[in-house]
Amino acid sequence: MSKRPEHQAPPELFYNEDEARKYTQNSRIIEIQGQMTERCIELLVLPEDTPCLLLDIGCGSGLSGTVLEENGHLWIGLDISSAMLDVALERETEGDLILADMGDGVPFKPGCFDGAVSVSALQWLFNADKKSHHPVKRLYKFFSSLYASLSRSARAVFQFYPENENQLELLTSQAMKAGFYGGVVIDYPNSAKAKKFFLVLMTGGSAPLPKALGVDEEDSLQVKYSRREASKGARGKPLKNTRAWLLEKKERRRKQGKETKPDTKYTGRKRSGRF
Amino acid sequence: MKLITHNMLTSKCLKGVVTGYPLAINATDVKISEVDFNPEFISRIIPKLDWEVLWKAAESIGHSEGLPQTIDPKFEDNEEFLRKAHKVLLEVEVEEGYLTCPESGRQFPISKGIPNMLLTEAEVQ
Ligand SMILES: C[S@@+](CC[C@H](N)C(=O)[O-])C[C@H]1O[C@@H](n2cnc3c(N)ncnc32)[C@H](O)[C@@H]1O
Repeated sequence: MSKRPEHQAPPELFYNEDEARKYTQNSRIIEIQGQMTERCIELLVLPEDTPCLLLDIGCGSGLSGTVLEENGHLWIGLDISSAMLDVALERETEGDLILADMGDGVPFKPGCFDGAVSVSALQWLFNADKKSHHPVKRLYKFFSSLYASLSRSARAVFQFYPENENQLELLTSQAMKAGFYGGVVIDYPNSAKAKKFFLVLMTGGSAPLPKALGVDEEDSLQVKYSRREASKGARGKPLKNTRAWLLEKKERRRKQGKETKPDTKYTGRKRSGRF
Repeated sequence: MKLITHNMLTSKCLKGVVTGYPLAINATDVKISEVDFNPEFISRIIPKLDWEVLWKAAESIGHSEGLPQTIDPKFEDNEEFLRKAHKVLLEVEVEEGYLTCPESGRQFPISKGIPNMLLTEAEVQ
C-alpha cells in the first residue's frame, strides 16, 4: 500500500485524535514543519519588521502557526480536521481557528490577508473523497476565493508534496486561471532528502520567481512552470500550448468526429531541438 | 472566534449565496483572553475592517461599551482608541454559539471557539 496519507483516507478521518496527537508530538515533524514554514515566510516577502495578518491553510495543530507567531505575525487558521484543531487549542496557539474544507473555497471577504501560507496540505486537494468531489473544480474554487481574500500585492506560498508532474501542471494552471502569477520553486532539487516544492503565487502583476536554494547559478531548472501572463480571453480554458490545453483540444476534435492522434505521454511535450 | 475573524468571515461558499456578510452572531459563552497590545498591528488592520460590522458584532454580544461608533480619523496617534480596538478585535472571544448567514439563514455552530464552516455536498457551489 502507498505510504502517502492522501491515499489512505479522507483528511478529516486520517487526522483523527490519535494521528493528531502522534503528529504534533513527533520532534522530527515539529522541526521539519518549522523549517518549511520559515522558508514559506521568506518566500512571502512581507514588508520588513511589520506585524501582518496571515492565513494558514491546513493549519492543523498549529505547528506552522507557531512559527508565524515567532516571526511576529497574527494568523487565522483553516483546517478540515477537528481533531487537529483540538490539539491546536490544547497547545494554546495564538491563531484563531476555523473548521472548513479549503476545496469548498476560502470563506473570507475580499482583501483581508497580507499573505497566506500552507505547509504540507495542498496535495490533499487531489483527492476525490466524496462523490461530488472534482479535484480540478475544487482547485479552481480554492485558488479563486483565495485570490480574492488577499490584499493587493500579497502572496500565497504553499509547501506541498506533489505526486507527479501532472499535478504540478494542474496546480499552476488552475492558480493562473484564478488570476495569480507565479510558479513552483524547487529547493535542493538534486537531493532526495532535502528536495522541497513550493508553489509561490503572486497578486498584483508578474514578478520574477524567487531563487531556489541548493542550485547552481546556471542551473535554471529549479523554477518550473513559471508563467507568463495568462491572457484574459482564455479564462476558463487551460493555458494555450500546455498539455492540458492540447488534450482538451484533441478531445473536442474527437467529439466532432475528426481524425485525431491518440493521447500519449508525449502529447504536449517540447520536441528536442535536434529535429 | 475573535471579532477580527468575524469581521472577515463570510458564508459566500454556500451555493446560491452572493456575499454572505456579515454573519449574525448568537453567543451563549463569551470569554476575554489577554493578548499583548501591538499598536502597529492594530493601526494596520483598522483600514481593512468594516467598522460598523465590528461595532454591531460587539454590541450583539454585549461588549460594545466604550467602543466608538466611528473610526477616529487620527487613530494612529490615538492610543486610547487603538487599545479599545485591540480589546474588541483580539481579546473578546465567542466560545459557544452560532453564526447565521444573512442570505440563507443557514446556521454555523461555534464550539470551543471554533466556527464550523463545513458544508454538506448539497450546499457546495
Ligand atoms: C501534514 S498536516 C500539516 C499541518 C500544519 N500546517 C503543520 O505544518 O503542521 C496537513 C493538514 O492539512 C489538512 N487538510 C487536508 N485537506 C484539507 C482540506 N481540504 N481543507 C482544509 N484542511 C485540509 C489536514 O487536516 C491536516 O491538518
